[in-house]
Amino acid sequence: MPVLELPDYRTQSPAVADRFAKLRERPVVLEATHLGKVFDGANGPIEALHDINFTVRRREFVTVIGASGCGKSTLVRILAGLDHQTSGDLLLDGKPITAPGPDRGMVFQGYTLFPWLTVRQNVMFGLRMKGESKHSAKNDADMWVDIVDLKAFADHYPHQLSGGMKQRVAIARALANQPRVLLMDEPFGALDAQTRSAMQTYLLQIWKNVDVTIVFITHDLDEAILLADRVLVLEPRPGRVAELIEVPVPRPRSAEQMLSPEFLATRRRLDDLIHPKTAVAVERPHVFRMTVVGDDVE
Amino acid sequence: MPHAPWLAVRRPLPARRALPLKAVAFLIPVVLWCVVSYVPAVWHPQRLITDAGGSENFSTDQRLDAASFEEEQAKLTAAHQPLMTATKVNPIFLPAPHEVGRALYTAFTTPPARKGSPWLYERIEHSILILFEAFALACVIAVPLGLICGTFDFFSKLIEPFIDFMRYLPAPAFGALMIAIFSLNDQPKIAVIFIGLFFNMLLVTANTTRTLDPALLEAAQTLGASRKRLVFNVVVPGVLPMLYTDLRIALGFGWVYLTIAETIGEMSGITEFINQQGKFRNYPNVFTGIIVLGVLGFITDQFLGYMGTILFPWHSRRKKSTWLKTLTSRITVGRPHSGFESATPHAAVLQAEAVDARA
Ligand SMILES: Nc1ncnc2c1ncn2[C@@H]1O[C@H](COP(=O)(O)OP(=O)(O)OP(=O)(O)O)[C@@H](O)[C@H]1O
Ligand SMILES: [Mg+2]
Repeated sequence: MPVLELPDYRTQSPAVADRFAKLRERPVVLEATHLGKVFDGANGPIEALHDINFTVRRREFVTVIGASGCGKSTLVRILAGLDHQTSGDLLLDGKPITAPGPDRGMVFQGYTLFPWLTVRQNVMFGLRMKGESKHSAKNDADMWVDIVDLKAFADHYPHQLSGGMKQRVAIARALANQPRVLLMDEPFGALDAQTRSAMQTYLLQIWKNVDVTIVFITHDLDEAILLADRVLVLEPRPGRVAELIEVPVPRPRSAEQMLSPEFLATRRRLDDLIHPKTAVAVERPHVFRMTVVGDDVE
Repeated sequence: MPHAPWLAVRRPLPARRALPLKAVAFLIPVVLWCVVSYVPAVWHPQRLITDAGGSENFSTDQRLDAASFEEEQAKLTAAHQPLMTATKVNPIFLPAPHEVGRALYTAFTTPPARKGSPWLYERIEHSILILFEAFALACVIAVPLGLICGTFDFFSKLIEPFIDFMRYLPAPAFGALMIAIFSLNDQPKIAVIFIGLFFNMLLVTANTTRTLDPALLEAAQTLGASRKRLVFNVVVPGVLPMLYTDLRIALGFGWVYLTIAETIGEMSGITEFINQQGKFRNYPNVFTGIIVLGVLGFITDQFLGYMGTILFPWHSRRKKSTWLKTLTSRITVGRPHSGFESATPHAAVLQAEAVDARA
């Protein structure tokens, strides 16, 4: 079968190259140097992250991708301050991250809306924690609920919402705090393909209009490319940076671009990194013949 | 779903079918009781002598079991004496429904036998008061302590081991000690119920608190919640509906401890009434006392269950009937739900779907 002739994933059109040049001039928001994490597992220590180095600049959209168990969640939890690295440094605006804080909003894969609060009250939560008055928190929350298009559901409880709606509320709740960084750990992982695609469009739209830097974890290659300025590819055991790829697909992004040569070239590169061909010895599982119907399938 | 099966695995029935079944649940024992009481062919193992005839061993109005009666009749036949006549009756400890019904009415309207001793309604008031005081006291102390233990491992390790030991000591065993401490009043009774409830309540509260999804706490932390806010704005509201159910169950146990506590020191309340009537062999009144206890417990529990649906509208997903909806729509914004006692969220979802599908 002839393989598609694709450009090198590193070749960038002048417009894209220009974008990245400008991006590199923006101030650094997140900086990880020699970041490492070792867990005390039941059967000895588990090295989840090993010598991770990267910087994320202001209003950049970075996606993190890697096989299951390569330390993506561990990394994002350390960024959030919910876990602590065992070696290396992690700086947010030049200051070390030690504990969770409202400057790093987080959206989890599981639904973590407070079930006893309505949509509006959920979005108000962070604002109230900051000490904002009920009235102004309510006004702010209403604006964010409107941005994620859930005005009609402001007084609903989370259990009355669909999965996609819940994640939209979770995004609004995190953004209402106006965090420097929005951390997202496979936020659309539990959604069906259609909802997922709609949510990606939503997220890009929000990111375009809000001053926020996003670190987005996913195991979906298309999602990683479609959303990102740069894709951080992790290798497993121990979790290391395989490559930090600048996505050559021009913005604004849309689902149609998924068939463009730049997109496919990047996708092929990610595929090679995450599923190395050499490692996969294609083994056909042995199955007894149990049918002769339509015996010309192969 | 015109032909949904009555027996579907783990699928809740729609209200249209569930309600009649709930009524039948009460009807079955009542019907059985009536059959046993009013159909002479069923059970009726004793004979109440209406005319002793020529018998020298038995007299009128005496009860004896069927075998002795037949034996005596045989003797009388052999001796050519006039036979006894008798009616088939149940043992005295199983009065018929109408007798209990009459007793239920007269027990409330009859003044106490001895001057100065309380009317039945006063006894009920007294019992409820003792239970309420003990329960409230246990809640006020055990729930905050349990919340603290469930939240901070420090307090869990510091407090729970000893409480865990204490809860194996049976509360009634403390009766004598409590009388020594509090003398012969209501206090020793309250203390015994308190002891029965407190230790378990504390541990249950702590365990319930620990079931809160830690992801909610992490989410709150990333939203900037301080430690104090985590406790008061996440842990407390997060576990409140489950704690409420725990306390409902604890109150149920409270009624059990009440009947024990009322026999401690000076007997009092409904338990004294039941015991007295038992001594007089007035079994309809004994049943009255038991039924009063049962009805009180059942009604409080149902009421608290219903209150739960109003207090915690987010906790359950079953729909309320329409007239309740109007009643509670101000509090439960959006789609109101009921059935606080619903077993699992999953079952509740199925139920909600079933109701939706019908609508
Ligand atoms: N609390 C922990 N204790 C011990 N080991 C842990 C702990 N958390 C994670 N690990 C280990 O660290 C490694 C990375 O886990 P992590 O959850 O970060 O992976 P992931 O990339 O998010 O995977 P997935 O895509 O399945 O979510 C795994 O090997 C896991 O076993
Ligand atoms: Mg993960």
